[in-house]
Amino acid sequence: MSILDKHKILETNATLLLVCSFLVVTIGGLVQIAPLFWLENTIEEVEGMRPYTPLELAGRDIYIREGCYTCHSQMIRPMRDEVERYGHYSLAAESMYDHPFQWGSKRTGPDLARVGGRYSDEWHVDHLRNPQAVVPESVMPKYGFLERAHVDGKYIGDLMAANAMVGTPYSDDMIASAQADFKAQADPDSDYDGLLERYGDKVSVRNFDGQPGVSEADALIAYLQMLGTLVDFSTFTPDASR
Amino acid sequence: MSKPVKKYDDDPNTTGHSWDGIEEFDNPMPRWWLWTLYATIVWAIGYTILYPAWPMVNSATSGLLGWSTRADVAAEIAAVEEANAPMNAKLEAADLTAISGDADMGPYAVSAGSAVFKTWCAQCHGSGAAGAKGYPNLLDDDWLWGGSIEEIHTTVSHGIRNEESDDARYSEMPAFGRDELLEKDEIDQVVNFVMSLSGEPQDASAVAAGAVVFEDNCSSCHMEDGSGDRSQGAPNLADAIWLYGGDYATLTETVTNSRYGVMPPWNTRLTEAEIRAVSAYVHQLGGGE
Repeated sequence: MSILDKHKILETNATLLLVCSFLVVTIGGLVQIAPLFWLENTIEEVEGMRPYTPLELAGRDIYIREGCYTCHSQMIRPMRDEVERYGHYSLAAESMYDHPFQWGSKRTGPDLARVGGRYSDEWHVDHLRNPQAVVPESVMPKYGFLERAHVDGKYIGDLMAANAMVGTPYSDDMIASAQADFKAQADPDSDYDGLLERYGDKVSVRNFDGQPGVSEADALIAYLQMLGTLVDFSTFTPDASR
Repeated sequence: MSKPVKKYDDDPNTTGHSWDGIEEFDNPMPRWWLWTLYATIVWAIGYTILYPAWPMVNSATSGLLGWSTRADVAAEIAAVEEANAPMNAKLEAADLTAISGDADMGPYAVSAGSAVFKTWCAQCHGSGAAGAKGYPNLLDDDWLWGGSIEEIHTTVSHGIRNEESDDARYSEMPAFGRDELLEKDEIDQVVNFVMSLSGEPQDASAVAAGAVVFEDNCSSCHMEDGSGDRSQGAPNLADAIWLYGGDYATLTETVTNSRYGVMPPWNTRLTEAEIRAVSAYVHQLGGGE
């Protein structure tokens, strides 16, 4: 085994060892990661997916800021018990506009991938304010401060621009009207035609927290109420070979 | 590299490596360990042939067994559905009122309904169905929209005041204070009158005036005697059961800003059999009519 005898050359030359190690790791990485960019079934195409509206995107940011992902996953696995409890298993396409994704790996609380529309807005307000008031068994902390923290969406356009940079299809028009759309979605008395035109008729325009002004609770509830609702599974046929 | 050397005759060979004079024996791996290693390699080769494994250019190898997670879960759900199919078909075809009395369907509906309730309804109505502030208790005989199994079935199917279902039950109480339909002292009077219907008012002298305010503003929905109207979801105010609270402060809040409880429609998420099962479950909890 003469090639093994040459091992001493590597072991006694730190720089060479480093270069060769890097080479090995590179090949390993390419083999594992590169095919995902070409495999046609990595992300299947589904109808209904759209980028988050400015208000939902802000809510998503609050979700991340408060560390909701440490207790809640957003990934319904293809297993009967999960499908029966949470709804149709998650599709890769459903998190295609997530930067970063919120799949999570820990369920102290339930999965939230399809929580949208499952409860009323008022329930979410009550529940964020005092989770134990509606679910006595819950160990979730209180988030009542969200409804008192008002936000004006001043920088939401910047966040959308950043998302556009990594591939979310936000148009210049969407980014330019970000703040107006942000406010419009939380105010049913506003002129929200532009918002619907840009993001689709299915966008919910409501005063999510039931209080005047746009609060962080408005944004978070807007986000929660759309989670998992974009794909219409009554018309979707999953490719069973995946 | 130096040549393997033995210091003593019964020593195993050394590897020939020498670092500052320190050498290491070249002891062979235990046979059982080595054969286990070879076995796992053989297993791995077989596994990648039988199951989905290698990424190719446009897709991954699917494996000879054709196994997939999605097919697996679909088959598992189909098996359960098939097992329940005769009973669910019977449930869907049956007259709602006949479900609980049927020896087969009754127990099945209650137990299936209990599972549905704990998955989808418990978050608002409580795991024991006792409700919470703003979310009705389903154990008592006080119903907002009706407690017969047909009414429960309609409520579960279409929900209340939601945007999703056109058939959702709908009514809206005016915000008497916020929209300046009543003066502050009129609200005080009517709250005292409402409190007097089921107990003690805070200020007995305001009750008589409150009765007039009630007659003019509230009786069209809540009826003259305060017994409510189920066709509009107007609660009975003459009993001691309160959805939001029957104390002075809560009632003032209710009259001032109104209430707008929302329930989602479930016919988009649950099957008809599941809705019928959970209706039967709720109906037998204690207050069913």
